[in-house]
Amino acid sequence: MEEASPPESVGRPSVLDVRDLGTHIVTRWGRVRAVDGVSFAVGEGETLGLVGESGSGKSMTCLSIVRLVPRPAARIVSGQVLLDGEDLLVKRESEMQGIRGRRVAMILQDPMSSLNPVFSIGMQIREPVASYHGLRGRSLTERATTLLAAVRIPSPAERLRAFPHQLSGGMRQRVVGAMAIAGPPRLLIADEPTTSLDLTIQAQYLNLLKELQERHRLAMIFVTHNLGIVARMCDAVAVMYAGRIVELGPVARIFKAPAHPYTQALLESVPRLGVRAGRLRVIEGQPPDLAHLAPGCAFAPRCPQAMARCRAEAPPETTVGEGHRTRCWLHAAA
Amino acid sequence: MGAPLVEVSDLTKHFPVRKGALGWSTVLVRAVDSISFTLASGHTLGLVGESGCGKTTTSKLILGLERPTAGVIRFAGQDVLALDREGRRHWRRAVQAVFQDPYASLDPRMRVGSIVAEPLVIAGELDAPGRRRRVGELLDLVGLPARAAALYPHEFSGGQRQRIAIARALALSPKLVVLDEPVSALDVSIRAQILNLLTDLQEQLGMSYLFIAHDLAAVAHMSHEVLVMYLGKIVEWGPADAVALRPKHPYTKALFAAALPVDLDGSREEVTLSGEVPSPIAPPGGCRFHPRCPSAMPHCATQAPLLKEVEGRLVACHLY
Repeated sequence: MEEASPPESVGRPSVLDVRDLGTHIVTRWGRVRAVDGVSFAVGEGETLGLVGESGSGKSMTCLSIVRLVPRPAARIVSGQVLLDGEDLLVKRESEMQGIRGRRVAMILQDPMSSLNPVFSIGMQIREPVASYHGLRGRSLTERATTLLAAVRIPSPAERLRAFPHQLSGGMRQRVVGAMAIAGPPRLLIADEPTTSLDLTIQAQYLNLLKELQERHRLAMIFVTHNLGIVARMCDAVAVMYAGRIVELGPVARIFKAPAHPYTQALLESVPRLGVRAGRLRVIEGQPPDLAHLAPGCAFAPRCPQAMARCRAEAPPETTVGEGHRTRCWLHAAA
Repeated sequence: MGAPLVEVSDLTKHFPVRKGALGWSTVLVRAVDSISFTLASGHTLGLVGESGCGKTTTSKLILGLERPTAGVIRFAGQDVLALDREGRRHWRRAVQAVFQDPYASLDPRMRVGSIVAEPLVIAGELDAPGRRRRVGELLDLVGLPARAAALYPHEFSGGQRQRIAIARALALSPKLVVLDEPVSALDVSIRAQILNLLTDLQEQLGMSYLFIAHDLAAVAHMSHEVLVMYLGKIVEWGPADAVALRPKHPYTKALFAAALPVDLDGSREEVTLSGEVPSPIAPPGGCRFHPRCPSAMPHCATQAPLLKEVEGRLVACHLY
């Protein structure tokens, strides 16, 4: 099963390299730039956290990577999505079908929307295994059992006969995890995988994901709005606002020295254990309406440090440290 | 502080559940099992625990939406179960609630003015012009413009809708507001606005809050005291800082370990529990937490621990 690593130049080659990705949605109210000039890379065994509020473009970015944006309203209009050097955006649909699931797997928020309620767990796990590896009969069942055991489901052989409704939420999400690693994939996209789980179950699931990632050296994109999970799971984090990455960098740097005013405000507006301020920092106003974005920086109307220039021109991307870049006029060279 | 506003002793609620293929036999779910606590006037009590721990049932009992199987709830010194009709009316008016989903809790076909005025209409207190004035005051209190009264809920964002729900809860000047996950459905940047509003309103009006939430950092931030429940029992209860920063019960430790770390390289104790919450239909004997407890001892399986005082808070655990 070992993939030959591409004989590329120096350093660790990226599993996923997204360059200048743009996805637009045409609505009655106008053209919405749901994803606007997004670039990032994720290496083998690395986790990138994608944070932002609803409507900031996190999920749309993930859907664009696997080319599952809701058609015909949404269109990928620009950019490249390089998976091990191959651009997924120029592939034929039939080729994409061999890539989704097998090389790029997804775990979504609600396990019941990923599982079919009328088929047994066994049937649902055997299906991807059979199509990826061409296994049949006993060896197929054995492989399915091994996968369930890998996600720590007790008595996996019996569980193959169970139906999704007979399992708890945490167990269902484990089954989805088992299907996701059936490939095993090169890239795992986890879109709020623990939001519907209880706290102690959430901690278990996060540990399981880390373990699976280490075993298969998966590149992982972790979408969440929970900064605690980012601190615990991710190597790097990309903060999205109104379809753009406003800041991207190593987790430690983003938490200790955030460069963009939005990131700063986001970190300060979340209550923290042990930091007992009387009032929380508030980000005034509402998230912007993407169909009616003013020119300039999308955060300017809510930004306490906004200058005249911010309302006129969109800030360029500026590097502010190693692997740390931001889109803000405060940091842009004059 | 004075006398507690709410005093709950040995409160118990059992629900019968039909079992078996034909539903002929019934078993009892012990949703809330003999819990006692107090809530001081003007204070916030945070109630935390996982699904099935009994926190919603507890809030329903206090709101008077369920009748307890056993136990006593005293509100402002009076046993609420022994109240006459008139007394019950007063109690129900003094206790209000704000729920999680502001999209579900506001009638889409009513104007905001009527939504906020509805409690006043039911209470039959003010005449129409008086109600209009009161609605204006309430909207102002929660930071909405007076013209909001003429609009419909769909014209507002999630955060603004939650403000409307808060205005409605405050219409009858309650002494206690039950906040059941008031910010979980809101965007991160909006949550701080609502939490600050709730803090300000408490300072101005002096009511108590019963704050239920999954976000433990938010609970610790908002509450004076925190009560941790597991399978219908109290496992730890004490001042918010003590419980959040120096938890004693192994379950509390595991819960707070899952919350946002103070800083990245913080030496926070990492506790991950194995297994899942058992069914409340057949809770484990002894300490209900013992099958998942990393420090369980033999007698944990047989004897239920009682709440005892440890370093300024109450803990139900044989370790202490």
